[in-house]
Amino acid sequence: MQDASAGEDHGLKARLTEAAAWPVRLVFKILEWPFAAVQRVVGVPRMPWLFLAPNLLFFGIFVVIPLFINFAYSLTGGTQLFLQDRPFTGTEQYGFLLDCERITDPVTCREDRFWKGIYNTATFIFFQVTFMVLFSLITALILNREIRARGFFRAVFFFPVLLSPVVVALIWKWILLRDGILNAFLVSIGFDKILFFVSPEWSMFWAVFVSIWANMGFYTLILLAGLQAIPPDLYEAAEMDGTKAERVFWRITLPLLWPNLLVVVVLALIKGVQVFDEVFVLTGGGPGTATQFIVQYIYTTGFVDQVQNFGLAAAASVVLGVVLFFLTMAQLAATRRRDDA
Amino acid sequence: MMRNLKAMLGARRGTNGRLHWTDVFTYFYLAFGVFLMFFPVVWLVLSSFKTPAGLVEFPPTFLPLSQVEVQVEGQKKPLPLFRAELEDGSVKDLAQIRRIGIVSQMVDPNDPDAKYKVPIDKREPIREFRMAWENYFDPLERFNFLGYLSNSVIVTVAATLVTLLINSMAAYGLAIYEFKGRNAIMILVIGTLLIPITVILVPVYLVVTQLGMVNSLWAVILPGAATPTGVFLLRQYMLTIPKDLIEAARMDKASEWQIYSRVVLPLATPAIAVLAIFSIMWRWNEFLWPLIVLNRSEVYTLQVGLNAFQGELDVQWHYILAMTVVTLIPVVLVFSFLQRFITTGIANAGMK
Repeated sequence: MQDASAGEDHGLKARLTEAAAWPVRLVFKILEWPFAAVQRVVGVPRMPWLFLAPNLLFFGIFVVIPLFINFAYSLTGGTQLFLQDRPFTGTEQYGFLLDCERITDPVTCREDRFWKGIYNTATFIFFQVTFMVLFSLITALILNREIRARGFFRAVFFFPVLLSPVVVALIWKWILLRDGILNAFLVSIGFDKILFFVSPEWSMFWAVFVSIWANMGFYTLILLAGLQAIPPDLYEAAEMDGTKAERVFWRITLPLLWPNLLVVVVLALIKGVQVFDEVFVLTGGGPGTATQFIVQYIYTTGFVDQVQNFGLAAAASVVLGVVLFFLTMAQLAATRRRDDA
Repeated sequence: MMRNLKAMLGARRGTNGRLHWTDVFTYFYLAFGVFLMFFPVVWLVLSSFKTPAGLVEFPPTFLPLSQVEVQVEGQKKPLPLFRAELEDGSVKDLAQIRRIGIVSQMVDPNDPDAKYKVPIDKREPIREFRMAWENYFDPLERFNFLGYLSNSVIVTVAATLVTLLINSMAAYGLAIYEFKGRNAIMILVIGTLLIPITVILVPVYLVVTQLGMVNSLWAVILPGAATPTGVFLLRQYMLTIPKDLIEAARMDKASEWQIYSRVVLPLATPAIAVLAIFSIMWRWNEFLWPLIVLNRSEVYTLQVGLNAFQGELDVQWHYILAMTVVTLIPVVLVFSFLQRFITTGIANAGMK
């Protein structure tokens, strides 16, 4: 580790770096001889496998094997945690989940909580993704203009991305409470107080609003990078031709930004399908089940309910996984198209 | 560049320096954006310094003002002080003993025997500016707040170290060597991107239980350690390292481990720094998974602990707000020092 950093830094910073680096160096030094020993036995060509081994082991134990267990779980019933204790029930869990008289109406389904979760998630995604993309685009366009202190404004829109969902939810909950500052404002301009978390519509509105507030900066950043990658010559040429500004936007900016926009839409969809943290802390899924989403359904079914129904939770996860699979495929395709363009 | 920006959305300024409507819109949008993004956080910080009495006031005061309380002879508790208008029209500073309906029973602090009955609309609370630091210090003793804090720090540091080590080793294996099966591994790595933890909650919980890690911090640290994004990011960076350097090191009889630890890693420091920042953010903010595997309050992380508090029936907002601010501080620090790294990292890798 020494060669790269030596001789450039001075004083305190260098000493601090040095102090932080020595345990790291010690670990690498200790690992040196077992790796050298293995290398002597297996030879250089097989060494990559040794370097890959720890990471693959983790992938295997915590991702690949669970993926299969998940599927196995979804085919079993009972309340036992360990697979060997669970009776095989075939597709019963799926049958239970998908048993609906009318698929458009969650109330007619046997497991109405699941369907309510799906409809809530769909509603959430529809509004969240639409407005997130819209506001990210406007913000990116504005940040891309000739403005002073652009770095500052970019940071302003970006910083909530790094806040934890719990913190974000608590910040907004505090504003939206019955005696919170927003209600104080409403009263001061002559309205009545609104009990936001008692109304299903308002709860959904704030769930969408808060998650846009928290995540918009991320998408803005991607779109901003896309805008800055548009070759300036195009705009110069358009200006020389005296092209109208709106036309420039529709004919140059938007088509060239399109691949990035697509990536943003799909990324937002993937995140949206998995929405849980902010909304769970903000509304707790309520009032009733008005803001209960699919992930919360899985969490509640598997880990909160008195009778922990792991099989049903696993079956719902498989459904979620299938949706995510297609969305991620779309993302990879969109990213490839953007990077090829 | 400037010309490009000017042309954007018709943002060209007239030659006479007049503002186009888009310029006006820009300034309004930015001003409103600053307000909308900052105000909630500012409000949180200001509120966190209010006393419980100050917090329940409606309409709320902007600054942390709290009502002055005085100790009056013959009364057990300190009493809140009001400026009251008496029946004869004189104004006096009185302490309130109790309130009965719309009348409050008051006493003159300087003359404990002089009692008054004042209608509640004839009295104004006397406030003073006071930062309620006890909101920050009480939770240290009353709840296991320091425990949550140290759990969060342990999880974040340990998980980031494990992630950096195994991800950089894997990236090295995939970037430096040509070997059969490399593409298959790359597909596997990208494939695991498809499987977020939300999809495999139940089976990972089973695995963690089998390994005996439920209610230990390892259950939070280990499952997410092998990040596909990390492997991908580091590998892309390591691909840019000239092969000659590695060949030269082999000529000098360096072992493969030495090449990894002394040649490749130092050169990949920028990418490792980006991954480190992201890993710290991910781990510090993680919520759903710790919520599932940590069921005893001794092992709660900050996020889980905060959520547990806000879910209690008798919500003690003065403590919750202060603890939220504490949870926020590391993120704000990291952000203000490393903003550039983070934003370029996101723009390049599209990860979060």
